[in-house]
Amino acid sequence: MHLLVCGGTGCKSQESDQLKEKLKKELSKQGLEDTVQVIMTGCFGFCEKGPIVKVMPDNTFYIQVKPEDAEDIVEEHVIKGRRVERLLYTDFNKKQLRIALRNCGVIDPEIIDEYIARDGYSALGEVLTNQSPEETIELMKASGLRGRGGAGFPAGLKWDFARKNEADQKYVVCNADEGDPGAFMDRSILEGDPHSVLEAMAIVGHCIGADMGYIYIRAEYPLAIARLKIAIAQAREYGLLGKDILGSGFNFDIDLKYGAGAFVCGEETALIHSMEGDRGEPTLKPPFPAESGYMGKPTNVNNVETLANVPVIILKGADWFSSIGTESSKGTKVFALAGKINNVGLIEVPMGTTLREVIFEIGGGIVNGKKFKAAQTGGPSGGCLTEKHLDTPIDYENLVANGSMMGSGGMIVMDEDDCMVSIARFYLDFTVEESCGKCAPCRIGNKRLHELLQRICEGKGEESDLVRLRNLGEVIKDTSLCGLGQSSPNPVLSTMENFPEEYQSHVVDKKCTSGVCTDLLEYFIVEENCIGCTACARACPVGCISGERKEPHLINPDTCIKCGACMEKCKFDAVILK
Amino acid sequence: MKKIKSLADLLRIRDEQLTGLQAREKGEVAEDLVQVKVAMATCGIASGAKETMEFMTEALEKRGVDAIVTKVGCMGYCYAEPTIEVKLPGSEPVVFGGVSKEKADEIIEKYIKGGELVDGIIPVNYETVD
Repeated sequence: MHLLVCGGTGCKSQESDQLKEKLKKELSKQGLEDTVQVIMTGCFGFCEKGPIVKVMPDNTFYIQVKPEDAEDIVEEHVIKGRRVERLLYTDFNKKQLRIALRNCGVIDPEIIDEYIARDGYSALGEVLTNQSPEETIELMKASGLRGRGGAGFPAGLKWDFARKNEADQKYVVCNADEGDPGAFMDRSILEGDPHSVLEAMAIVGHCIGADMGYIYIRAEYPLAIARLKIAIAQAREYGLLGKDILGSGFNFDIDLKYGAGAFVCGEETALIHSMEGDRGEPTLKPPFPAESGYMGKPTNVNNVETLANVPVIILKGADWFSSIGTESSKGTKVFALAGKINNVGLIEVPMGTTLREVIFEIGGGIVNGKKFKAAQTGGPSGGCLTEKHLDTPIDYENLVANGSMMGSGGMIVMDEDDCMVSIARFYLDFTVEESCGKCAPCRIGNKRLHELLQRICEGKGEESDLVRLRNLGEVIKDTSLCGLGQSSPNPVLSTMENFPEEYQSHVVDKKCTSGVCTDLLEYFIVEENCIGCTACARACPVGCISGERKEPHLINPDTCIKCGACMEKCKFDAVILK
Repeated sequence: MKKIKSLADLLRIRDEQLTGLQAREKGEVAEDLVQVKVAMATCGIASGAKETMEFMTEALEKRGVDAIVTKVGCMGYCYAEPTIEVKLPGSEPVVFGGVSKEKADEIIEKYIKGGELVDGIIPVNYETVD
């Protein structure tokens, strides 16, 4: 028998270490230390009800267990086999549901038979053998699957447009140009389950009448590329790609196109130009790719995660899929959880899960028990969600209504130590770097926006700058050519909306309350901590620290050059930055 | 590899896979062997999953444990890479995080050989569709 004690950060802060020791002590009192082991585990994702104890092999869950409960667990459960009712938890509902990631971490991605054993290619077989393209498209429409790349356009509708445009040649493109900082959902799917994407592309090909598909993938994803190549070769060998697939007369093949890693190439028109060998610059829509895409032919572009959902929907049906999620957003969404969060990782949750559940129940809470400040979704095109949004169900509409967006699924968590003006500047850094330069609002406007933020962070900002920031941001949004420019001011506008007091304190008081913008900070000596050892005064290169021996010292802010030497030398934490 | 010519053909291969007819290795059925899965996505490899995998494969062989070690994709526990899943015959799979060579050695000696769990278990916090 094993007793598993949660050793996640949340539970550890509630004495799970002491609980473990107490359990061991109780067991050895009964002479059971060799037959029953106490094991410390990682986070159960149940932090609000911690500490958690799980008894194996009978799978009993105990919650909010205190060290003093150890005796009861050992005497009642371990010895007498009776569950301790008052600690028992039966309503165990896992917050995550893996649909797009269903095979990641389960099958060997380089062995096609393992994919087939998990119903792989059965959806393609079903579509080719028993369904007309129209039926499949209707099924996708009814399922409510929307694009997972960011904008959330209904997938079935997109296929329908491409199908209705008559042409001698059509193409299917998989958008694997994942570019948001900190996002790795698509990479993980391609590395863990490449066949699901190949299968879905063939299904799209059958629906729209295309016999060729391309995966546009970044060259900086070498492992994903290697596994895709193996997968394509295996599928060809089995005849699941190529001519006359499964005896249906349908032909379909897939090839890879490599991207050089420009962010704008995630935009579908820019992606298509890059595939054609031209500069990766967007063009105005219409014409949409469904009318005139790759090589001027009707082209359907879907994101990796969107495609990974397709085979399951076909096998399990539209009703099953649409039963998961919210009114307008069906199914699940994969998020790459990063930033100041304990359980950094890849998660997949049903649409409608709240930010609180994601951060505190799955993510294990904020690092070092600090206070949650904001979560950035949608990467450099999105905005931040704050404490007041914690209980808002996450779906496409709610995120937009709250000034952010779904984006491709990056979620970066920030705590009280993060300065929101600096965060906005960080994302602007990225968009300025990644702007393709074709249209003026994005090329010049973002540069000016960045300069304004830089000035504010340096303490040279004025109140009128805040008005200019907002106006310029709105103009860039309204006049840019493509999605990159139209969304690039979002991080600025949303932080201004949610944290106006931080912008105010930067420009009016010239203070950065989070202590991030070094130009706005001053070194202080805390009187109570200073013992007057003179170490700081001796280290100061400009001699701005004064004070008698064994008396508290003082820093003259007018001559201080903020080198930090005093802080380094002080052994009593008396020098602080404020 | 033989071409799959129809849906019926495909389903037959799937069922063979499921009943383990083709998964025979060392004359035994996979279900009777120790199965070790190592999460080998970019993030896992960057944290040392390759070394863990090599060590597992070699050590199990040397120590005479009948086991299948396979690589799989991302399990999602970036904070606990390298991650492995161990399934002993007849029991539920267990996921371990932070599996260095030393940890792998401990897992082999204590859990795989003796059925005794060790620290570092990652509770699986998701459900997966079939």
